[in-house]
Amino acid sequence: MNGADLLLGAYIFVLAIFVGNEVISKVPTTLHTPLMSGANAIHGIIVVGAMLVATAVSGPVGIVLGFLGVVLGTINVVGGFVVTDRMLQMFKAKPRAAKPADKK
Amino acid sequence: MEQLQGLVPWVYLLAAVTFILGLKGLSGPTTAPLGNRVAAAGMLLAVIATFLESQVASAWLLIVPAIAIGAVIGFIGARQVPMTAMPQMVAIFNGAGGGAAALVSIQEYLRATGEGAVNAGEVVAIVLGLMIGAVSFSGSAVAFGKLQGLIDARAFRYSGQQLVTGGLFAGMILGALALIASAAGLVTVPTVLVLALVALLALAFGVALVMPIGGADMPVVISLLNAYTGLAVAMAGFSIGNQMLIIAGTLVGASGTLLTRLMSKAMNRSLGNVLFGAFGAATAASGARAEDGRTVRSISAEDAAIQLGYAQRVIIVPGYGLAVAQAQHGVRELADLLEQKGIEVRYAIHPVAGRMPGHMNVLLAEANVPYEKLFDMEQINDDFKRADVALVIGANDVTNPAARSDKSSPIYGMPILNVDQAQNIIVIKRSMKPGFAGIDNDLYLDPKTGMLFGDAKQAVSQVVAELKKAA
Repeated sequence: MNGADLLLGAYIFVLAIFVGNEVISKVPTTLHTPLMSGANAIHGIIVVGAMLVATAVSGPVGIVLGFLGVVLGTINVVGGFVVTDRMLQMFKAKPRAAKPADKK
Repeated sequence: MEQLQGLVPWVYLLAAVTFILGLKGLSGPTTAPLGNRVAAAGMLLAVIATFLESQVASAWLLIVPAIAIGAVIGFIGARQVPMTAMPQMVAIFNGAGGGAAALVSIQEYLRATGEGAVNAGEVVAIVLGLMIGAVSFSGSAVAFGKLQGLIDARAFRYSGQQLVTGGLFAGMILGALALIASAAGLVTVPTVLVLALVALLALAFGVALVMPIGGADMPVVISLLNAYTGLAVAMAGFSIGNQMLIIAGTLVGASGTLLTRLMSKAMNRSLGNVLFGAFGAATAASGARAEDGRTVRSISAEDAAIQLGYAQRVIIVPGYGLAVAQAQHGVRELADLLEQKGIEVRYAIHPVAGRMPGHMNVLLAEANVPYEKLFDMEQINDDFKRADVALVIGANDVTNPAARSDKSSPIYGMPILNVDQAQNIIVIKRSMKPGFAGIDNDLYLDPKTGMLFGDAKQAVSQVVAELKKAA
C-alpha cells in the first residue's frame, strides 16, 4: 500500500469508527450477547483477505500459512453467523417475550 | 473474466453496506434476525466475488478445500453447542478470526519483503495486525478454556505477574519497532526471525492478559477481544490494501469497544476494573463486616422443600450458578411441582444475571419456562415484600444489599433485586465463595436466609425429590 492509499485508508478508518459507534448506540441489554456474536461474524470478512494472500508466499511454508488462514477465517464467518442465528431464534421462539419487557 | 474482475471492488462496497445495515439491525429486537442474515448474505457475495481475482481463482485447489474444512468445523460447532456454552463458542470463533488476521499479516509481510523494499507505513499496519490478531487468538483460547472448565476459571494471580505481563508487552513492542525501523532503513535486523518472535510474544501476552481474569468476567473479556479482532482485521485491510476489510474491521472494533463498555457499565464497573481486577483490593474493607457475630445458617434439601411447600408465593432468582450447573430443566420441574400445589411461582431476572445479558432468558426459554413468568427487575422488585420464599439459585452480587446501603462497597449503586425483603430466603450456592465482585454478601448472614450448599443442579433435584416424597 502506497502513501496515498494509506491516507485514503485512514479516512475510511476514521469514518468507520463513527459509524460503528452510531449504529449500536441504543441497544437493549438482552441483545448484547447476540450483537457481540453478530459483530464477531462480521469480522470474519478476514476470510477474503486470507483468500487474497493465500498464495502470496511461495514454498511449503506459504501453503501452510495460506491454508490455515482461510480455514480459520471460514470458521469465524460460518460459525459466527450460524451461532448468532441460533441465538436469535431462541429469542423469537416465544413472541410474547417482548411484551412484558416493554411495559414498565 | 477480465471485465468481471473490475466488478469486485463494487461487490466489496455492497458487502460493506450490508455489514453496516446488519449491525444496525442487530441492535433492535425485531430487526436482529434479518440484520444477521443481511450481513451473512453480504459476506457470501464478497467471498464469491473474490474468486474472480486471478490469483484466487488459480489457487482454488488450495482455497476451496480450506473453505470446506472451515465451513464444516464452524457449522457443526455452532449447531452442536448447548445454549449454556454460547459465550465460549463465540470466543472460539473470535479467536479463529484473530488468528486469520495474524496469518494474513505474516503472509503480506513475507510477500512484501520478498519483493524488495517495504513501505514503513505498511509495516506499521502489518505488525499491528499481527500483534492484535495474535493476542486475540491466544486470549480467546484462554477464555474458552476457562469457560469450558479446561483451565481453572478462577483469577490466576502470582507474584511478579505485572512484571511478566509488562515484560512480554515491552518485548513485543520492541520487536515491532525493530521491524518498522528496518523497513525505514534505519537498522538491519533478521526480519523473519524478529517477526516470528513478535508473533510468539504476542501469543504469550494474550495468555498473560486473560489468565488473571475470573471466569465470571469472561463475557466482557470476549467482547473486548472481539473488538480487538475487528481492529486486527482493519489493520490487515490496510496492509493488503482492501477497503472492505478496513470498513468491516473498524466497524466491529468501534462497536465492540462501545458494547464492551456498555456491558461493564451494566455490571457497575469500569473496563479497567474488569481487566486489572481492582476488586481484590476492595475485598478487605467489605469483608471485615462479616465478623460481627452473625452466622450463616445452613439448611438441608428437606428443609428447603418444606419451606417451599408451605409457601404461597415463590420468586426464583436465577444467576450464573444456574447456567454453570445447567440447572434450568431442574428448576422448571421444581416450579411445575410447586404450581401443582397451587403455589404462585415467578422468576426475577436481573439485567446482568449470568454475566451475559439475556443469558437467563435464553436458558429458561430452552427449558420451556413460559415467558410471562419471567419478570424484569423493575417489574418485580416491589413484589419481594409479599413473597413467602425467594429462592436464589447461583446468583450473588445482584442480590447483595450492600449495593443499596454500603457506600464503601465496590458495587454500591448497582441496582439489585430486593431479595432481602422476602419473608424467607433460600440460597442455593456451591460455597460461601464470593461472586465476581469478590465481596461478601450480607444477605447470607440474614436470619431469614437458609443456605443450601451444593451444585445448583444437584441441589434443585434433591429439593424436587423431597417435594415428591412429601406429596
